[in-house]
Amino acid sequence: MNLPKWADVVLIPLINLLLALFVSGLVVLLIGEDPVNAMKIMVNGAVGSTYGWGYTLFYATNFIFTGLAVAVAFHARLFNIGGEGQAQLGSLGVALVCLALPWPHWTLALPAAMVGGALFGAAWAAIPAYLQARRGSHIVITTIMFNFIASALLVYLLVGALKAPGMAPESARFPEGTFLPNARDVFAMVGIPFARSPLNISFLVGLIGCFLVWLLLWRSRLGYEIRAYGHSEPAAKYAGIAPFRIIMITMLISGGLSGLMAINAVMGEQQRLLQDNVLGAGFVGIAVALMGRSHPVGVLLAAILFGALYQGGAELEFETSVPREMVLVIQALVILFTGALDNMVRGPVTTAFLRYGRRRPRAEPAE
Amino acid sequence: MDFLTLIQILDSTVRLATPLLLACLAGLFSERAGVFDIGLEAKMLAAAFFSAAVAAITGDVWLGLLAGIVSSLIFALIHGIASITFRGDQLISGVALNFLASGMTVLIARDWFNEGGRTPALDGAARFQNITLPFADSVAGVPVLGPIYSELISGHTILVYVALLMVPLTWYILYRTRFGLRLRAVGENPGAVDTAGISVVRLRYAAVLIAGVLCGLAGAYLATGLAAGFTQNMTAGRGYIALAALIFAKWRPWYALGATMLFGLLDAIGNRYQSLELLGVPIPTQFMQALPYILTVVILAGFVGKAVPPRAGGEAYVKER
Repeated sequence: MNLPKWADVVLIPLINLLLALFVSGLVVLLIGEDPVNAMKIMVNGAVGSTYGWGYTLFYATNFIFTGLAVAVAFHARLFNIGGEGQAQLGSLGVALVCLALPWPHWTLALPAAMVGGALFGAAWAAIPAYLQARRGSHIVITTIMFNFIASALLVYLLVGALKAPGMAPESARFPEGTFLPNARDVFAMVGIPFARSPLNISFLVGLIGCFLVWLLLWRSRLGYEIRAYGHSEPAAKYAGIAPFRIIMITMLISGGLSGLMAINAVMGEQQRLLQDNVLGAGFVGIAVALMGRSHPVGVLLAAILFGALYQGGAELEFETSVPREMVLVIQALVILFTGALDNMVRGPVTTAFLRYGRRRPRAEPAE
Repeated sequence: MDFLTLIQILDSTVRLATPLLLACLAGLFSERAGVFDIGLEAKMLAAAFFSAAVAAITGDVWLGLLAGIVSSLIFALIHGIASITFRGDQLISGVALNFLASGMTVLIARDWFNEGGRTPALDGAARFQNITLPFADSVAGVPVLGPIYSELISGHTILVYVALLMVPLTWYILYRTRFGLRLRAVGENPGAVDTAGISVVRLRYAAVLIAGVLCGLAGAYLATGLAAGFTQNMTAGRGYIALAALIFAKWRPWYALGATMLFGLLDAIGNRYQSLELLGVPIPTQFMQALPYILTVVILAGFVGKAVPPRAGGEAYVKER
């Protein structure tokens, strides 16, 4: 029997999340802290002030892009685990665009940087996609390999061609014309005080991205083909959908979305190219897409949740003896319960619904 | 390059290849039974931490080894429960476990030792000592063969020899025992194995747990043999390199030895020479570091000998439709 839609979309992810949080609470208890207090600090740190909100939404912006990237690929039943590498290449693309010209204003620099980031990210996804589509090489393995190759490439460029004078392996600072409007400045214009944080205009780009991905997947012919291919390859083939084309296009979109993350992290905050600028956001995208059931609205909500988790985790380290790595543990448990152990919850929930359904009086057709 | 330098590079190749070899064989057992395992890294990391931590507390490296294997087995068991019992996605389970290990080890390390995510440095009986094979010192003077025996073959920790012995043992188990035949069959066609009245679930659990033991050895070697203690994220992608080696080796034990030795050699050369030149072209160290991954992609692409994974790999077995 099929579960009602609300149970599949809301109830099961919620139970999964609660299980993950419960186990995380046990971990906190084990290292001698009060889980309820830890939870309070995290919630307060993440959403208790404009400062907290600023950081929460800044992290969320990264996760929106990487989450959408994984989600789009999931619809074609492709597991793009290479968001990390694609985002690194995207940061390279963004940096090259920003450093290429003395940009006069961010309204010119942002679209150009978006094109640069998306192109580089897509290009990095294109090779594994081609190998999957034409040679049948497992895309999970090739994208993992490409993550490592990307980070080696970035290090190579940052100790060589792109290195700024000085000791640190980083690029020169971007020209001032590429600085994106900060949330504080934007809110100040309408007279609302907002604390200093790296939250910038990219968040709005992320929101638009969510809408466009929804449009693509459920309101366009291509999206229909992607989903059809994901549901059944033979059926899609029979309907005249070319697998090669779908795999390539889906992975290019996915890689491009990962690459776009750099406008937030690199252009919006660091304003130079650093060795590791993705900081695991590519992997968080997997958790976000799983949690959000690969739907843009779900991805948005999950991204904000994970943004809050990251910001709350930083506060937790600041106030208690629970280190930042707690966030990694929570993240792992969320992936484990929502992704791998989904059937553990689904089974009992389905049984419960079956029983409940049977008790309900039903209009039986006359015999 | 003189002879002695060559011996030294090969010696360090063996050391660096050992964890890769153990992890690669672990992956081999698991994937030959049809369970993909990208959580090799997680199991190694957990084993590295718990072996070093217990060795540091008790001062006994053997207790450390035991703790390492047990912790790795727990991770293997979670992977089994998620991907065999609840038929969840094996790749997603692996990703989750990798995060879990990288977070959990540092979390516990800080709580237990308060040294910023590392264990105290190990020495004496808390570490695996190098074993000098018989007559190693007396034949050291013999030209060519002497240094090969005394430097290259002798003077490793016991886990290195265990790892090397695991290769013929794995081959024997897989190709010469009934268990091995069934294990391989369950990775190719679980339906047929089931029809023969053999439990697919039990076989897959056995494979996943063997992988746990081998990853436990690999992690313990990293923290108590190769290094003297646990440091944050000390596996540094070795689990993924082992996975690459497994594909490179086309899921075969002897090839696995060759692949891990090759990747170990690349690592050893990269460690020794900061700048390399080949035919007058300078080769960046980053290229050397990326080479195992590049080679694996080339192999996967099937341009140089196609690597065909076990047919039922990555799919949960559903007994009845």
